[in-house]
Amino acid sequence: MKEFALILISTVLVNNFVLVKFLGLCPFMGVSKKLETATGMALATTFVLTLSSIASYLVNTYLLAPFELEYLRTITFILVIAAVVQVTEMIVHKTSPLLYQVLGIYLPLITTNCAVLGVALLNVQTEYNFLQSATYGFGAAVGFSMVLILFSAIRERLAASDVPMPFQGPAIALITAGLMSMAFMGFSGLVKG
Amino acid sequence: MLSAILVVGLLATIFGIVLGFSAVKFKVQGDPLVEKIDKLLPQTQCGQCGYPGCKPYAAAIANEAAEINQCPPGGEQTIQDLAALLNREIIPLNPENGAEKEKSVVIIDEETCIGCTLCIQACPIDAIVGAAKQMHTIIESECTGCDLCIPPCPVDCIIITPIKKDLTTWQWAKPTELGINNSDKQAQVATDDQ
Repeated sequence: MKEFALILISTVLVNNFVLVKFLGLCPFMGVSKKLETATGMALATTFVLTLSSIASYLVNTYLLAPFELEYLRTITFILVIAAVVQVTEMIVHKTSPLLYQVLGIYLPLITTNCAVLGVALLNVQTEYNFLQSATYGFGAAVGFSMVLILFSAIRERLAASDVPMPFQGPAIALITAGLMSMAFMGFSGLVKG
Repeated sequence: MLSAILVVGLLATIFGIVLGFSAVKFKVQGDPLVEKIDKLLPQTQCGQCGYPGCKPYAAAIANEAAEINQCPPGGEQTIQDLAALLNREIIPLNPENGAEKEKSVVIIDEETCIGCTLCIQACPIDAIVGAAKQMHTIIESECTGCDLCIPPCPVDCIIITPIKKDLTTWQWAKPTELGINNSDKQAQVATDDQ
């Protein structure tokens, strides 16, 4: 139990995928202009990240490893992620048309989120078992969601504040991201790994 | 090499089956009947039928929750079309929903308009342009003649004007099933009367 708590804290705070590992920066910058869309994106990514982490673990352990096909890992993981995203889209469309409308284009865009592939590959690299992989995927997703929502909230405030001319627009957003990243560096050393 | 092809092929097949299965299982069906009914309605979005717009009324007809005679702007023609589509009897327009009238548009008397924006909020198809304390105007080509903007106007500056037949609005009378157009038929009736 303690081990899973450690994995969770480690991925959410210490080794945050966006601010410490710098993965998944495109949705972080692209979808953070409005709190509402950021929340939708965070939800969808959480679902996909956890599922694809589990699915890619299964594929790696029971298909790739026995046949010594590790060199095909990246391409099969991309296949897995694309399939998971597609199924997710169908399920969301059927079960909750409202959420489907809110998420819109961001749902299929998760396929190209490098954090999703990153989690799958790091799972293999650190030789996590099934439950650990699931926790790791979920932790990464929670970390991503938290940072994305925090960042979008800051950007909503920034839109109304008096920013000096040369820093307006993406410049101040990048500076903000940098400051947040530095703040998250403060967590390092909290948990090993 | 062979095992690589087999494994990737197997994965692709599994995902193919899963995706194909979920495409059937989670298929989202837009009701095709609602679409068909919606196409026959005049799309004035006037709400005289008691539903918020033409699509909800179409859905209600499809569910048999509403009769086909509640659309005054569509009038007799729409009732006939709907009856043909749904195999129902042709019934006269329900007077509770209003009476069929000549096709019209509304025009804002721009001298009197005080720029209150109330009519803009009432317009179901956004055919009124204007801003607060600025004179408003109606895009006549967009106006469906639903007259919903008239009750909210505090200064009664919106005037109903029938669409005049000119080169841009005139069209041939619609042919009947026999291929004789309506004006011929009326002429026929007129001569029979004599």
